[in-house]
Amino acid sequence: MSGPTSIRLARRDLIFGAGAGLVVLTLPRAVLARPTLDDAIRGFTGGKALNDGRVKLDIPPLLENGNAVGVTIDVESPMTAEDHVRRIALFNEKNPQADIAIFHLGPRSGRARVSSRIRLATSQTVVAIAELTDGSFWSSRASVIVTLAACIEDLS
Amino acid sequence: MVWRKPGLAVFAIIFGGGAMAEIAGEEKKSGSGFMSRETQAMQADDTSNPGMFSVLDGERLWREPVGPAMKSCASCHGDAEVSMRGAAARHPAFDETSGKAIDLAGRIKLCRRDKQTAEPFPRGSEELLALTTYVGTQSRGMPVAPPVDERLTPSRENGKRLFEARIGQLDLSCASCHDDNWDKRLGGSPITQAHPTGYPIYRLEWQSVGSLQRRMRNCMVGVRAEPYEFGSQEFIDLEAYLNTRASGLAVETPGVRP
Amino acid sequence: MTARALINAPKTARKGDIIEIRAMIAHKMETGYRQGPNGQMIPRDIINRFVCTYGGAEIFSADLFPAVSANPFIAFSTVATESGTITFAWTGDDGQTQTATAEIAVN
Repeated sequence: MSGPTSIRLARRDLIFGAGAGLVVLTLPRAVLARPTLDDAIRGFTGGKALNDGRVKLDIPPLLENGNAVGVTIDVESPMTAEDHVRRIALFNEKNPQADIAIFHLGPRSGRARVSSRIRLATSQTVVAIAELTDGSFWSSRASVIVTLAACIEDLS
Repeated sequence: MVWRKPGLAVFAIIFGGGAMAEIAGEEKKSGSGFMSRETQAMQADDTSNPGMFSVLDGERLWREPVGPAMKSCASCHGDAEVSMRGAAARHPAFDETSGKAIDLAGRIKLCRRDKQTAEPFPRGSEELLALTTYVGTQSRGMPVAPPVDERLTPSRENGKRLFEARIGQLDLSCASCHDDNWDKRLGGSPITQAHPTGYPIYRLEWQSVGSLQRRMRNCMVGVRAEPYEFGSQEFIDLEAYLNTRASGLAVETPGVRP
Repeated sequence: MTARALINAPKTARKGDIIEIRAMIAHKMETGYRQGPNGQMIPRDIINRFVCTYGGAEIFSADLFPAVSANPFIAFSTVATESGTITFAWTGDDGQTQTATAEIAVN
């Protein structure tokens, strides 16, 4: 089995196409009170018990900027057809919306490991939850401190 | 989401004493040296550095024929990886025609207007940023090498004067932070030595690529001063001075900064 | 629509290897919670779905919300099973899907 594969591509090998402008098609949204972190988690688990363990949530405890926070979630699982991680969800405590992302995995994933970059509006708790094929849910949480950037733009 | 918060309280830090002035050789370091491991990693890997989108846009623009003569940058300059190597490290440079210092973005604007006879891209436009980033990255890894050219002296001297002049309601100069207090923090953020090694940068705060002038305008707003206009001589002079200060540090374009 | 995307995937792998794939697409991921300079809310405009297929079968997908950063970056793994095309598809709030592909040789 190989380790994490990381191949640096020459610039001209990178996939790149001319991007046509995307059309904006959304309606103004009413500002509604967001569900609590626990409510959001219940919505994902259907109220099933959360087990501690198996999930490793890697996120820096102190952030230079909340706009792009690297997160990696690792779940202990053999990732076989019978026993694998189906979904990994990320939720936050204090953004305007509790959801961050839901990743769908399967036996062809080989390894239950996902990384992304997320936005955190302020210092808060982030929770990662894994759903396994046996219907159990496993979780890990982390507290992060978001520092304010110095010398930002005046939007007024 | 409310990503933006008034950041002024952090200026309550007292800047007193400790006039370190000029930064000595071995202490001199790029802004990337002050960043977290995570942000450094984002810059270091081309498939994880969002500034690469600007590089790729610039590469496309480099080859795009425009104007009545349908000339592209490549029509005259050929392969940018060869012809533009070192160009960013040498700018601002002296422009014979205007008799003034000119920065890299200004040079690209002029080339587009005079050589391609096309409508120049405005300062701050994605296109000009993309071309500047693409040309800039051809110098990646090369030392910042301000030209030995006495005609640049007045510009550099004025840049130094502006760098050291106290401005704004907070009555701070660039030097108050970046010469005298670069080893401290402003609220949670490390104060850097203000070496413009990575520009145009992908700033996490902006969530986009932006120019050194945009970054300086942010600092000016930070000290409650009226920012200079984009493309103003003040900014060119400041850039010319900053490049002499950063001399010898490696170009990192496209840099990632918090 | 062809995506402005950066893909990092191995060009070759041994059958059975677990390979890491990284995909980033240029997109502002406008949250819908931000005010513009005029005080008006800027309408939400995000990539809300990402799907990766390998040899025509879906091997990974993600539902994304406004808390995913601008220029969404996702890294995940898969088992190298066969030579072929890995396809990446990002769908936005406007219903438009942008795609990119990478080829892999498995031996």
